[in-house]
Amino acid sequence: MIMRELEYPFDSEWILKKAKSIKKTLLSDGTTRIKKKIAVLGGSTTHDVIKILELFLLHYGIEPSFYESEYGQYWQDAMFDNPELAEFAPDLIYIHTTNRNIAEYPAVGDSREKTEQLIKDTYEHFRVMWEKLKETYGCVIIQNNFEFPYYRLLGNMDAVNPNGRVAFVNRLNALFAEYATANESFYLQDIQYLSACYGLDKWGDSFYWHMYKYALCVPAIPTLSYNLANIIKSVYGKNKKAYVLDLDNTLWGGVVGDDGPENIEIGQETSMGQVYAEFQSYLKEQKQIGIMLNVSSKNEEENALAGLNRPDSVLKPDDFMIIKANWEPKSKSVAEIAAELNIGTDSLVFVDDNPAEREIIRQNLPGVAVPEMDKPEEYLKTLDRSGFFEVTGLSEDDTKRNEMYKANQERRKMQDNFADYGEYLKSLDMKAEIGAFVPLYMARIAQLTNKSNQFNLTTKRLSQAEIEHMAEDSSYITLYGKLTDKFGDNGVVSVVIGKIKEDALHIELWLMSCRVLKRDMEFAMMDRLAEECKKRGITRIYGYYYPTVKNKMVENFYGLQGFTLKNRDDDGNAEWEYEIPASYENKNRYIEITE
Amino acid sequence: MTREEVFERLNKVFRDVFDDDDITVTETTTSADIDDWDSLEHINLVAAVEQEFGMKFTMGQVVTMKNVGEMVDIILQK
Repeated sequence: MIMRELEYPFDSEWILKKAKSIKKTLLSDGTTRIKKKIAVLGGSTTHDVIKILELFLLHYGIEPSFYESEYGQYWQDAMFDNPELAEFAPDLIYIHTTNRNIAEYPAVGDSREKTEQLIKDTYEHFRVMWEKLKETYGCVIIQNNFEFPYYRLLGNMDAVNPNGRVAFVNRLNALFAEYATANESFYLQDIQYLSACYGLDKWGDSFYWHMYKYALCVPAIPTLSYNLANIIKSVYGKNKKAYVLDLDNTLWGGVVGDDGPENIEIGQETSMGQVYAEFQSYLKEQKQIGIMLNVSSKNEEENALAGLNRPDSVLKPDDFMIIKANWEPKSKSVAEIAAELNIGTDSLVFVDDNPAEREIIRQNLPGVAVPEMDKPEEYLKTLDRSGFFEVTGLSEDDTKRNEMYKANQERRKMQDNFADYGEYLKSLDMKAEIGAFVPLYMARIAQLTNKSNQFNLTTKRLSQAEIEHMAEDSSYITLYGKLTDKFGDNGVVSVVIGKIKEDALHIELWLMSCRVLKRDMEFAMMDRLAEECKKRGITRIYGYYYPTVKNKMVENFYGLQGFTLKNRDDDGNAEWEYEIPASYENKNRYIEITE
Repeated sequence: MTREEVFERLNKVFRDVFDDDDITVTETTTSADIDDWDSLEHINLVAAVEQEFGMKFTMGQVVTMKNVGEMVDIILQK
């Protein structure tokens, strides 16, 4: 269920006041949610941070349970034996600290050496804690960096003199960021930026520290918690994937069909033209990190293209995956775009200046995110702060996604030219690399594991840290499959994880990206799995299917692979069994295996 | 604004924050009278009251306020 009150821009005071009833409403809306255990280790009061975080996570389809450290005990909780936290077994740990937790700042007269030592000691205090948590719990860690200090003893020089607090915090934040770059499954929450957006004087209102030991003012808590929820939903694969954009008065000013392409406002000539040009540039940059752009516009296609083909239009027709310019209801066009891209409508963000069109989408396609777009000068900020596409890992696939989808469209065109499907597959010149998980692909494997819905037998979600553990554990067989063809590299498209119990393998996860459906890739994976089993003396494989609203397409997947149905309960949960024959015959006929 | 009007508006704030429509506050109501009114919820209550009346309590006032009646006194002074 979508609760508009929890979408950006929200009324923080209302959320704080109504937290109890919002929670009740969300919990009783009948949504199925994934469950996650979150430990919050604080250097200040965290009560309301947790309370409001819970609302935003429920809204994103995640049902959290919480462990909360005693006031200010973040370090002790992490560093010393903690049976309570061990028993809780967190999926994710959030460390909420503040510049007020910094034990010692440099004094103005300190020597260079002493200040350097202090920076090192302060950083080490945190680094050893992160390492300890990683080693003990092996889970996702989110740490916020430091907000700026609330006063500047040296005024502007505070940012220049190495002994200034501003300079000190800047140095520490750079070290935190470096650690986050080097450690996967460790994410930095940038409250230095958040507090700046909110207004540092308001954020750091000392009333709340001295009264209640909150590191930020209570009205800013929804801002903090929303931002945190965005990181968490991204880690668990709940980001949006694509935009559906309107044209007239959304990507340019004016109505191209009425005004003519030469008269719409875009480019550097007018201030409004500049606003739209900046907005288009922002979208183009998003495209470069793998977010797919599409158009749904009520226009003649000819006019729509004429607008985009203006020399000063930053976005060109080629930047879009799908352009629907017609007079159909937008709910129909948007649903078609989702189907053609092979993604759910709940992966879409619909951007339109017209409130009536937004309402139609909200009513007919309730999973689509529909931000309010009222003032062109605020379009960019609204989309940016909403965090629809919060980046927690940039895989090579993200930056290449648009190319890959384009290649897919070409494949589809080519497919139409072949009478025989087998001939078509042959013509694709497919090559696959299949093997046990390797570090190079971990980020992509984790990403696929957390976002594949349709071709996914168990829909088991795993953090990258958990996946890395399995890769190292000899009681698991892990396989990734990467597929290349003459149109390009599809990247890692399939993931299988099986747990060995005696002489049998139990498949805990089997998924594949839908963009390589019906290409024999699932058979190539099976062939390799059988081979790996034989190497280990495993004679039987058990496959499981757990139905969700999205994975009906693989209901009988194991039957297709030659498994026998052993059991299916009333909810559709099924167990399949496969006896590996002594002379296993490969099922894949069209893909050359290179590794 | 009369004292009665302040109480009426306060009542609504209390009901929202504690999510309980049976609450009716009086001059002598204290945190002991409302189940969920602990020090942590007190923060939200104060914030919600400030928002309702468009004012801010000083730290000194928050620290010394003893019951709802005293809260109303402060609101009426602003």
